[in-house]
Amino acid sequence: MNIRLRHLPLACVLLFCSQVFAQGEQSAELDALREEIRSMRTEYEARIADLEARLDAAESQDAAESRDEAAYRSPETVSVASDNSFNPAIGVTFQGQAWAYDNDPEDYSIPGFPLGGEAGPAPEGLSLAETEITMSANVDDKFTAMLTVPIVIEEGEVVVELEEAWVETLSLPGGLAIRMGRFFSDIGYLNDKHFHSWDFADQPLVYQAFLGSQYIDDGLQFRWLAPTDFYLQFSGEVLRGDRYPAGGAANSGVGSTTLGVNTGGDIGFSHSWLAGFSWLRADADGRESGSEDDPLLFTGDTDLFIADFVWKWAPNGNSRQKNFKFQAEYMWRNEKGDYTLPDGTPGPWDYGQSGWYAQAIYQPFLRWRFGARIDHLSADTPGMMWEGTPLYPSDDDPARFSLMVDWSNSEFSRLRFQYNHDRASDFTDNQFGLQYIFSIGAHGAHAF
Amino acid sequence: MKKILNTYLLLLLLVLPVAANAELRVFACEPEWSALAEEIGGGLVKATSATSALQDPHYVEARPSLISKVRKADLVVCSGAQLEIGWLPMLLSKANNPQVLPGKDGFLEASSFVPRLDVPDNVDRAQGDMHPQGNPHIQMNPHNISRVARAMGERMALIDPGNAAAYASGTEDFLVRWKLAIEAWEERAQGLVGKRVVCHHKSWIYLEDWLRLEEVATLEPVPGIPPTATHLSALLKELGTNGNGADVIIRAPFQSAKASEWLEERTGIPAVMLPLTVGATEQANSLFGLFDDVLNRLFEAHTGEKS
Repeated sequence: MNIRLRHLPLACVLLFCSQVFAQGEQSAELDALREEIRSMRTEYEARIADLEARLDAAESQDAAESRDEAAYRSPETVSVASDNSFNPAIGVTFQGQAWAYDNDPEDYSIPGFPLGGEAGPAPEGLSLAETEITMSANVDDKFTAMLTVPIVIEEGEVVVELEEAWVETLSLPGGLAIRMGRFFSDIGYLNDKHFHSWDFADQPLVYQAFLGSQYIDDGLQFRWLAPTDFYLQFSGEVLRGDRYPAGGAANSGVGSTTLGVNTGGDIGFSHSWLAGFSWLRADADGRESGSEDDPLLFTGDTDLFIADFVWKWAPNGNSRQKNFKFQAEYMWRNEKGDYTLPDGTPGPWDYGQSGWYAQAIYQPFLRWRFGARIDHLSADTPGMMWEGTPLYPSDDDPARFSLMVDWSNSEFSRLRFQYNHDRASDFTDNQFGLQYIFSIGAHGAHAF
Repeated sequence: MKKILNTYLLLLLLVLPVAANAELRVFACEPEWSALAEEIGGGLVKATSATSALQDPHYVEARPSLISKVRKADLVVCSGAQLEIGWLPMLLSKANNPQVLPGKDGFLEASSFVPRLDVPDNVDRAQGDMHPQGNPHIQMNPHNISRVARAMGERMALIDPGNAAAYASGTEDFLVRWKLAIEAWEERAQGLVGKRVVCHHKSWIYLEDWLRLEEVATLEPVPGIPPTATHLSALLKELGTNGNGADVIIRAPFQSAKASEWLEERTGIPAVMLPLTVGATEQANSLFGLFDDVLNRLFEAHTGEKS
């Protein structure tokens, strides 16, 4: 500003002078002088214009900056720091269902595959599924933590469970991460997916038969992501072994271990896939399965191998309007040890069982999805001593066929209808289910 | 033998510096930021975008390939303001790369360097897909691109100090070219001031702010909820059938044309698809081409012919 004012009078004087001289006599000398003055004037005018432009630029930048500051003064920066500003992200998922069965679901069993853990059909009629409370936040610059507490109704009683309570490293070098606490094991594709993100209202039969619906345990998980151009992740877990398919925290409380490898990639923006192979070795010490009142007891080793494959398609990668998902898993297990029958008779056991499921989900237009699933199990025929026990399979392999349709108003709400034609038990069962899933609060991003 | 050994040593010497001076790997959530990284860093950076211009960055799967890219990234650049809330946190938590976590030098949230518009006083999901930190589609005001360019250049220099001078001159060079382009665009867009627009989604608020357009309605009843028949009929009533209710209806390439064309047919207001980022149309092949094409298409819709 000062510069401009200082130069203005000078410019005026020069301008005035040029006028005075112009009125004088026409001579060569004068012409030269005039020329000189004109060039000076042009030069000064140019400099003044330049200075003015710079000044304008500076002023507008000031204005822009002050506008920036105003915009930055968002509510979180003016609020007084208080204890609750570090509250974790909290979310609640509400889930409910209604099921109708031909057979009594209380008597549900799969011959040859005594169920453990949380496996089995939902109660008949109206009921609440788990109401899931999640909390998560970074602990500090090196750790992050997650808590999932489902509240369930078990035989009329409200039971608060602990599904996930883990802490994970954030700053290990070399693509490493370690998780500690209680978590869903990384084996298979569906094992670490929350109930609310399943594409059907129930788990595939292989998960029910071999993993007690989902394998959750306490321990350590190591994951290493290879620095490759395609996705390649190795993982390993050391777990307490207190839950089905382990049990009794064998081996002084280090009852089960897992190893897994996952790989995946894209084909253009429209297709992506993920494939995995994992192995679970569980020591069971008096593990219960079958009927809750008169359980079978198993002590021995379980080896479970899982191969999984997922393929997703969406036009140009826009899954919101239209998408397709195919998913299949194959499981094979061998159990070696001793089973004790409810009447107390023990017997040696060393047999293999296997199974698979394949499912496809198609969303042809916004909000609506349609799905179909096939389940299949098969088992080695054990010795005659097991005939007539829950460990002896039927002549026909257990199988199930399911159809589902769901409607989502947003990512936070979903209503679903499902039909199962279940030939897993001795009597064919037609199962009709309705389900709702609603989420409020923080809702973590879903994995692939 | 010695000669062979020498040759090997020479080769090793030739290879080593290349390995040490590997490119700065930039993982951008949206194509505008990978384009900007290339403008600034030139051959020093290798930039990839997680999404394509034909993809709605709100709804993206946390694909395995993206996890691998984040794992190897030196710098992650995203619009932020919760635009990528549905997938970026999953990528970051699976990628095990501590250099690019939020708060670190390797994570640049573009929207934190610009004045954000539409910051709500309170949020409720009944109002649709709300962004508590303001509208995240900041790239549609070229002045915002300048602001992010400065921040990005500084960040690149911080992460790769050996090439700091190159990033600084790359930033300056871009900003000069960009400033001239902005002046030309602003000159050209004088005729658009005050035009009334109907948008599919509130993706254009920064463009409207820049060109001083007036947004009169959105096709979505609430943000993130697709146009409904009821809402469209109400709009039709509001805008009238004589084409005087608004000047143009705009949508992004990944938004269904159905609603805007339905309204165009009945109101006579021209509907136009505008590129929302680099690569969305043939002309929008760079940041410069993006705004050229936006103006071209707006003028074309406005005058019914190419300007």
